Parts: sequence; C-alpha cells; structure tokens
Amino acid sequence: MDRTSDAARPWIEAAKPSYPCVIDQDHRVAELYNMVNVPQAVWIDETGHIVRPTESAGAYEGFRSMDRTTRKVPDEVAAITSRAKRTYVDAVRDWVIQGRSSVHVFGPEQATAHLTLPDESVARAHAHFRLGQHLLRRGQESAAQAEFEEARRLHPDSWNIWRQTAAVDARGLAAGPEFWARVEALGSRRYYAPVDMEGMPD
Amino acid sequence: MVTVIHEDRETEIAAARVVGEGLWLSSADVHRATGWTLTSEGLCREGACVPVPRGREADVIRGDAVDLAAFWRHVGHPVVRDGTGQVWVLGTGAAERARALRSLLAPDFALPDLDGRMHALSDHRGTKVLLVTWASW
Repeated sequence: MDRTSDAARPWIEAAKPSYPCVIDQDHRVAELYNMVNVPQAVWIDETGHIVRPTESAGAYEGFRSMDRTTRKVPDEVAAITSRAKRTYVDAVRDWVIQGRSSVHVFGPEQATAHLTLPDESVARAHAHFRLGQHLLRRGQESAAQAEFEEARRLHPDSWNIWRQTAAVDARGLAAGPEFWARVEALGSRRYYAPVDMEGMPD
Repeated sequence: MVTVIHEDRETEIAAARVVGEGLWLSSADVHRATGWTLTSEGLCREGACVPVPRGREADVIRGDAVDLAAFWRHVGHPVVRDGTGQVWVLGTGAAERARALRSLLAPDFALPDLDGRMHALSDHRGTKVLLVTWASW
C-alpha cells in the first residue's frame, strides 16, 4: 500500500522478490479485506477460500519502547520481536507443507469467528480516501487533503490511511512527532492487534 | 465533464448533470459507469435488480435520466463527491463488504506491479496465496 510505485520501487528492487509485488495506491485491498495496518496478512487456499482472515503478520508491539534518538529497542524486546516474526513465518511454512491439516489453518467456523468486519463509517472512509487519491493524482493537493482528513476522521483505527497521508521523513517514513503522539494516544490499546496463533508472543 | 469512480472503473461522462447531491446520467452512461442497466424492474446487473425506491420514482428517474447518486445511496452505499461536483465516488457499503468476507471466498482484485503489469488474485487459483501488505511509509 503506497503513495506511488516510485515510493515502493527502491524497496522492492532491493528485496528482489520471487513473488508478485503489486502497488495498491488507493488501498483497494485494505478495503476488500478490512485491513488497517501493515504488515497484515490473509491466508488463501488453493480453492480461493480464506483460511486465516486479516491479521497482523508477525509484527510486534515492541517498537513502542524504541529510543527515538538511537532508534534502538531494549534487547529483551528485540528478542520478542524476532520470536514473533519467526513464529509467523514458521506457521506459514507449516501451512505450505501440511496444507489443510496444519494446526494454523482455520476451518470455516473458526475463520468466520476471526473475521473483523467493517462498519458504514469505514466504508465511507474508503470512498473519501479513493476520492482523495484521485484528486492527488490530478494535482489538486488541498482538495485531496480535505478528503484524507475526512477519511481519517471516519476510520480512526486505520494506520494505513493515517500514515500514507502523513508527512514523511528523509527515509520516506511517516514516523515523525505526530506519528509518535498518535501511538502514545493509544494508551493500552494495541497498535498491532494480537494474533491467535500457537507460540505467538503477546 | 464528470468522472465517476466505481470499483475498478473510472468513467468520464460528458453528459452528466450535477444538481447538489444529485448525479443525473442517461441510462447508457449509468451502464458505462457501473455495469448496471436500467430496466422496468429497476437497476439490474447479472440477474439481480434493485427496484426504484417506492413512491420516489419521479425523484430518481426522469425519462431516460437517472439520479445515480440517489439510487446508490438508496441501496445503502456511500456516495462522495468533490467540491466542484466533477468527481464522484460510488462506493460500496459495509454490508456488502461484510457479506463478501463472511462467504470466506477471498475477494478478487487486480493491481499493477512496478512495470505496470496487472496481477489478479484469481491468477493464482490452484496455489496457496499468502497475501501480505507492506508500505514504504
């Protein structure tokens, strides 16, 4: 999910992925799958069915204890962060090998129970975001920003909307003081929703 | 010139008439913009029809012209327009999004890669797909 292909390009080229990387400027996938943050993932089986609906993909809340100057996290937090990522990747590998009999695959009832569904405000937010993106491509920046503000207002849980429309630093990250203030404002609420997966640190 | 954005379509319509929150199009333009066809049963697509709002026929249809925005809102979808009324988004409501997800059939989509080549989720039917999101921001 990125502003333009050019924003994503250097990262994709450095990664040299063996799989398709597509650019979703208008957050069409986020809208379809009710996604609010990155990285989030969906597991889709060979028949095109969802066997694990939208969830945090091995990301961990640990970044919140990052020192803003050194950008380092305490060692024990870094260890948990690695463990979370490893647990997710191992689960994916297990699914690849075991298929439907992997413990990580949800049957229809479980998959349904794990869905997070959008409400009308979220649907409306996506329409405003779409409009904003179109106006931005047409060079109408202030009209676009007005749409983005409305999208943010209607869908406050969406970090995707907030971060893509926020100012970015020299690295291209929306990680300035406004971002950190918004993270602090979460209080005990999670930046990354917890994942119901065996072995996943909470 | 009015641009109507709906799902994967972006349609330029010369003969659109904007009246406040109303977007009046010919039935031919409604079809171009959305794939829906105006029939005596209402607005129809792939065998499913949405009847004209009862008692409000005159508000929504005048001769061959349809207030597509009114119809869209009546069906329960969000409609947003820019300040000038030149760009409209006919969105999709939460009920329909939720219904699609509850079916557990992964909603299809098509997006471009860095070279502009389109890739659809359905291209990969027959393989497991891990759909992961990421962003440079």
